[in-house]
Amino acid sequence: MTFNISLYISLFVFIFGLVYRIYTWFTRKVGVLPEQVTTSRRVFAAVRGIFGAVFSLKILILIKVFVLDVLLQKRILKEDFLRWLMHMLVFYGFMLLLLMHGLDKIIIEPIFEEYYSTLNPYLFLRDLFGIMMIAGLGIAIYRRFIQKAPRLKTNGMDYYAIVILIVIMISGFLLEGVKITSHTEFQNMVTEWSGLDDEKEIRALESLWVQDFGVVLPDVKPPFERAALTYGREVHETNCAGCHSSSKWAFSGYSVAKIISPVALMLDRAGISVLLWYIHFISCFFGLAYLPFSKMFHIFAGPVSLLANSVMGKEKSDPANIATRQAMELDACTHCCACSFSCSALMAFEASGNEYILPSEKMRLLKALIAGKALSRREIKAVLHGVYLCTNCDRCTVVCPVGINLKELWINVRENLLQKGESEPLLLSPFSFVRGLNRENLSKDEYSRPIEKARQAVAGRFDLLIDKERLLSLKGGDAGELKDLSTNNIRDNAFAYCFGCQNCTTICPVVGSFDKPEEELGLLPHQIMCCLGLGLVEMASGSSMIWDCVTCYQCQEHCPQNVDVTDLLFQLKNLAVKNLEKAPS
Amino acid sequence: MIKYALFLGCNIPARVSQYECSSRAVLEKAGVETVDIRDFNCCGYPMRNSDRKAFILSSARNLALAEKEGLNILTLCKCCFGSLKKAEYLLKEDSNLHEEVNRTLAENGLKYEGRVEVKHLLSVLYHDVGIDALKSKISVIYKNLKVATHYGCHALRPSRVTQFDDPVAPKLFDELVEITGAESIDWPEKLECCGAPLMGINDDLSMGLTARKLEAGKKAGADYLCSACPYCQMQFDAVQNMMISHNRDNDYLASILYPQLLGLCMGIDSETLGIGMNQIDISGITSFIDSATDPHRHTQTR
Repeated sequence: MTFNISLYISLFVFIFGLVYRIYTWFTRKVGVLPEQVTTSRRVFAAVRGIFGAVFSLKILILIKVFVLDVLLQKRILKEDFLRWLMHMLVFYGFMLLLLMHGLDKIIIEPIFEEYYSTLNPYLFLRDLFGIMMIAGLGIAIYRRFIQKAPRLKTNGMDYYAIVILIVIMISGFLLEGVKITSHTEFQNMVTEWSGLDDEKEIRALESLWVQDFGVVLPDVKPPFERAALTYGREVHETNCAGCHSSSKWAFSGYSVAKIISPVALMLDRAGISVLLWYIHFISCFFGLAYLPFSKMFHIFAGPVSLLANSVMGKEKSDPANIATRQAMELDACTHCCACSFSCSALMAFEASGNEYILPSEKMRLLKALIAGKALSRREIKAVLHGVYLCTNCDRCTVVCPVGINLKELWINVRENLLQKGESEPLLLSPFSFVRGLNRENLSKDEYSRPIEKARQAVAGRFDLLIDKERLLSLKGGDAGELKDLSTNNIRDNAFAYCFGCQNCTTICPVVGSFDKPEEELGLLPHQIMCCLGLGLVEMASGSSMIWDCVTCYQCQEHCPQNVDVTDLLFQLKNLAVKNLEKAPS
Repeated sequence: MIKYALFLGCNIPARVSQYECSSRAVLEKAGVETVDIRDFNCCGYPMRNSDRKAFILSSARNLALAEKEGLNILTLCKCCFGSLKKAEYLLKEDSNLHEEVNRTLAENGLKYEGRVEVKHLLSVLYHDVGIDALKSKISVIYKNLKVATHYGCHALRPSRVTQFDDPVAPKLFDELVEITGAESIDWPEKLECCGAPLMGINDDLSMGLTARKLEAGKKAGADYLCSACPYCQMQFDAVQNMMISHNRDNDYLASILYPQLLGLCMGIDSETLGIGMNQIDISGITSFIDSATDPHRHTQTR
């Protein structure tokens, strides 16, 4: 009764969850979407896209991807053998247990008429699949908690996935072990199935089952006489063997039985097997009901992502389908962190500790953002910084085991976040190059507004430059801050050697690009060096010259005093970014 | 056998893959063995504006990875080259920094002792392979082809750090171009910036610098620009293409990557060299091949 009720409830929740999650693929918006891409249009486009792919030569690609990437998981193998082994063990262990054990009445019984869960090969296979799962989970735990692979982050969802599977597996094995030893279970079987009533026959059978099958009985203990066992074997062959292979074939359950044998009677009297049975099926049903809402949903979304991405190119695909695919891809992410292992910007994470630089962690926050959760301003800033601190090397897309097109996701989300209006100083760095290449995809205003905003943010604080009337105070106190950043400890304060020959300004191609460079650039290179000499670091780092520097090193190369002009401009930029981070928002 | 760890950086695999395949083909012909280290990360160049620590750590990790393999680094990108060189220089100069960096590297199971040399593709071809050896691999040469070499700032300067060539009167690239039979023309903007570092930050200024270079190249009579850096190449190719469509102006100066230019002379086919992959068409380059030296044409005329 409890079993059936919980089964139906969990099944209902599961189906509801499945439908809901798929529904969100068509309703959630990743990044900026054209107005006309409505939900109904997305559904229609998806159906047409699927039909188009299935009834064309693309079906061959789909089959290939299904076999290689879904069934054999070639993409994981390419990156890391241990991870592949782990996933294959868990995946096949889980799937085979589900089909042969969980759904035995629906799937196996109709096909194999001889099926009994207590008969070989099923008895043995169930344990084998279970051990596969345990081995896979063992590797997972080893990787996450013992080996501690760098940048492999573990969040609540990862804990949940490991814990639920372990609870299911361990309760299963314990249940099997307890049932093997169970006195009650044995008695019930004898009365209900064997029809034996001769005390002597029962006694002989008991001896055999205690000796060979791991049953623990209160008054029947080894050693047994050979004759008793032989007789017991005869009784067994006639009455039990039809449904029971030796429980030794259930090697893991049998091992449990042997280990618990000293306390088996106590456990049996306490009704532990019933308790374990409850734990086992309730954890299974809980896992089922929660599956669509947990990372286990990748069982469905992962293959969909792999298949969809194999037949969708950016140019030829319907924007409605791209929107749907990107929403779906967020569900396909298993937080395996493969992207973060190979992220080109990984050392920026090591330097700053902002974990949103790592793709796997960005995904986590993006999921929340796109699901419509309100993020704090700090989170938005951190994720924008992380999304922007991307070298666009596309490696995350190449290594993703579920084939998520991460590079397009980043570009899309990056623009969306930028348009939200936070200022991001990284816009004023070569990270913007790819955005510049793609500027045609944006309106002029959308393109330049974030850049302007960043420029204002880095320059805005330096009142001395804005208010030209104010008197300068020459205290030289800021130099310490600069010294801290100096590139060259041996010759720090190199700017002090400047004698104002203006070679740096004369040769600067940026200065040469303007008719009135002072107005456009704030301060010219030699003036910046002067500022530094006078200790006016803040003033120097507020000039727009430092951001318009092409870093061609002409000034530095041509300085007769060997002042590291370009490197000093780099330091000033670093300082301005730091100041901005420190500034109260 | 000359052997290097090939450092591709971020841009080449994603956006300028013709540079990778042409370089691999040319290096193979020239007898340079390359090893791929999959773990290489960004050189740190784009982080230099915002976070010096992130830049140096990024470079240092790459140096450490190469050191672990006992290899020197060959870069194709001049910005990667400049950044790795800079980091290598700083780590040599500043023992405190070196220690601090190694502490972070140790968390990733790495260590950098300072035994790695970083070289650019052009230096390897010029110094390690040598002009004469390269000449011996060439089967056809160009005739009447005028090429404007673009040296690239981050390779040339700061010369104290990069040690690439004479920063005021470099000749390495010109000599490399001239072995193909092309004339490396003298032009005023040879050593100037391509404009790429400002693309996306101040596009007007960036494109202004590019336009100035292109004008000077055209005025000096160049048939092609020649570059050996993905940023410069994208600026002269993708960004110039954007400029052309904005100005509705057909007067362009296409840029060819050096290994593409050299590769054709080595008899490597256009497809391997990715001649068709540049945005601005460079297929016309083959018409400059001296038919007297071209075995294919020779057979056709017979």
